[in-house]
Amino acid sequence: MTDALLQVRNLRKTYGALKVTNDVSLDVHEGEIHAIIGPNGAGKTTLISQLSGQLRPDSGTVIYTGQDITALDMAARVRMGLARSFQLTTLLPSFTVLENVAVAVQAREGSSFRFFRPASTERALNDQAMECLNDVGLSGTASRLAGALSHGEKRQLELAIALATRPRLLLLDEPLAGTGHEEAAQLVDLFGRLKSRVTMMLIEHDMNAVFALADRVSVLVYGEIAACGTPDAVRNDAKVRAAYLGEEEVA
Amino acid sequence: MTYMTQTLTEPRAGLAARLKLALAIFALLAVVPPLAHAMGEPFMIIIATRMMVFAIAALSLDLILGHGAMVSFGHAAYLGFGSYAVAILSRAGISDLVLQMVAAVLASALFALVTGAISLRTRGVYFIMITLAFGQMAYFFFVSFSALGGDDGVALAARSTVLGLPLLQGETGLFYVTLGLLIAAFAGLYLLTRSRFGRVLTGTRESALRMQAIGFRPLPYQLTAYVISAAICGVAGVLLANQAVYVSPAYMSWHRSGEMIVMLVLGGVGSLTGAMTGALVTVALEEGLARFSEHWRLGFGLILVLVALLSPGGLSGLLRKFNLLRDDK
Ligand SMILES: Nc1ncnc2c1ncn2[C@@H]1O[C@H](COP(=O)(O)OP(=O)(O)OP(=O)(O)O)[C@@H](O)[C@H]1O
Ligand SMILES: [Mg+2]
Repeated sequence: MTDALLQVRNLRKTYGALKVTNDVSLDVHEGEIHAIIGPNGAGKTTLISQLSGQLRPDSGTVIYTGQDITALDMAARVRMGLARSFQLTTLLPSFTVLENVAVAVQAREGSSFRFFRPASTERALNDQAMECLNDVGLSGTASRLAGALSHGEKRQLELAIALATRPRLLLLDEPLAGTGHEEAAQLVDLFGRLKSRVTMMLIEHDMNAVFALADRVSVLVYGEIAACGTPDAVRNDAKVRAAYLGEEEVA
Repeated sequence: MTYMTQTLTEPRAGLAARLKLALAIFALLAVVPPLAHAMGEPFMIIIATRMMVFAIAALSLDLILGHGAMVSFGHAAYLGFGSYAVAILSRAGISDLVLQMVAAVLASALFALVTGAISLRTRGVYFIMITLAFGQMAYFFFVSFSALGGDDGVALAARSTVLGLPLLQGETGLFYVTLGLLIAAFAGLYLLTRSRFGRVLTGTRESALRMQAIGFRPLPYQLTAYVISAAICGVAGVLLANQAVYVSPAYMSWHRSGEMIVMLVLGGVGSLTGAMTGALVTVALEEGLARFSEHWRLGFGLILVLVALLSPGGLSGLLRKFNLLRDDK
């Protein structure tokens, strides 16, 4: 049996008295879409931040491709193919859409200690960036300023940037939040297509998307994993229904 | 250091228009000496030289403040290093401008490397305070340097020579050497800010978190920009000493650092042309208003308030407002 691509072991993080990550252990296997669901404030974003290196856990380990990466910073993890998207859109607003993506390509293609040649004329960067924009359906807006995009377009761009890092494991923090029906459908379709090349951990409140895409679902409640299993198993778990899904199903 | 608001920093579009504005400024400056002679006002050449010296300094500050969102409140220290490089070397019998510039660049770069590596561990207002503190340390070092006049400063025996030639002895010669260096500084920084390196620097200004999330560690880029900026400002210091034929710690006091920030804000940060315009206008106003009244600072203050109210993007923001600075799409 091969080890999981990502192994999280006994992760803990507290803010004062709040146990925001409480002894979380989980595995993400190569090739799967592993959804994390849970009510607002359950600690989903905080968990992703610890996995991506933005936040240090108080204790516990994160193992990725068999290596202990708990002490590595975000940049090192991204270079190993562990990328994330942000729930709160994090863009370079005065850069064009294309530049936002091209700079992510630049990060993995050659040195950035180059001082004279205009970066915007580098075909290799622009072409790869354009491909990522095509993937998310944003190629029509390439030359607009990122700050001038609609909310839904910003969410799409957020994803294109993450893809441009060539991730092996992509941590997606509510990628559908704030997108319109059509954009959301387009993105769900994209995740389905990406599945053959990228492993994904998907945090999402849109249950239709979760149950359509996920191979496994973990439920996070008050910083703890309350349940983990196939979508059907989780859907029928009494504890989960009480804690979380009940209200969704009724609504 | 992401508190710099978007209204303060120019969008990256409009590059071609800015290049045209810069070329127009250089062309105008180039005809100042003949014009001044024709009008019988050679004093104009001296003022224009001072304007350009501070334009170089402001350009250098714009690299870190405007493009890197590193608000240095100690940048005048490098004017001082440049000036004292001239004073110390010429006293030691080395009067060549090129050698003095090499020394100024090295001294400024070294000081920036050490103090930048420490300062860049802080953010926001702490960065401002720590750069101010380092700037003041340099200031007090030269204040207590009694061999070079201490507080009073020291007059130079003569201006520097250029490869043995007395190119700078006349005001016109110094003027054109300064203009040449201004153009070089602008051209270099223009390319740099559009390069891969510049993209990482401005990207970090926009969002350090975003840059880390795509695999960059901003510190080496920020520190490199900090050192480059200091080196260019050191060159401005060499020119300042030559212009005044006098060197004093007053060049590097925190007032000067503050004035350089004012120049940037007046012109508009993050566009290079804004920094250049701001410096040219500030020095011109200082000289001009000072002739009208001793209370010129009051008038300058009023102008600053008006610009701040009318156009948060500074003078170049004002030009944009009136459609004078648009890209031909
Ligand atoms: N820096 C912080 N300091 C103190 N408390 C924090 C901090 N960051 C998050 N929290 C708290 O930790 C809890 C979990 O936050 P987190 O953002 O991880 O939740 P989430 O599951 O992502 O919620 P949502 O579904 O709303 O995005 C919340 O109660 C939040 O207020
Ligand atoms: Mg969240």
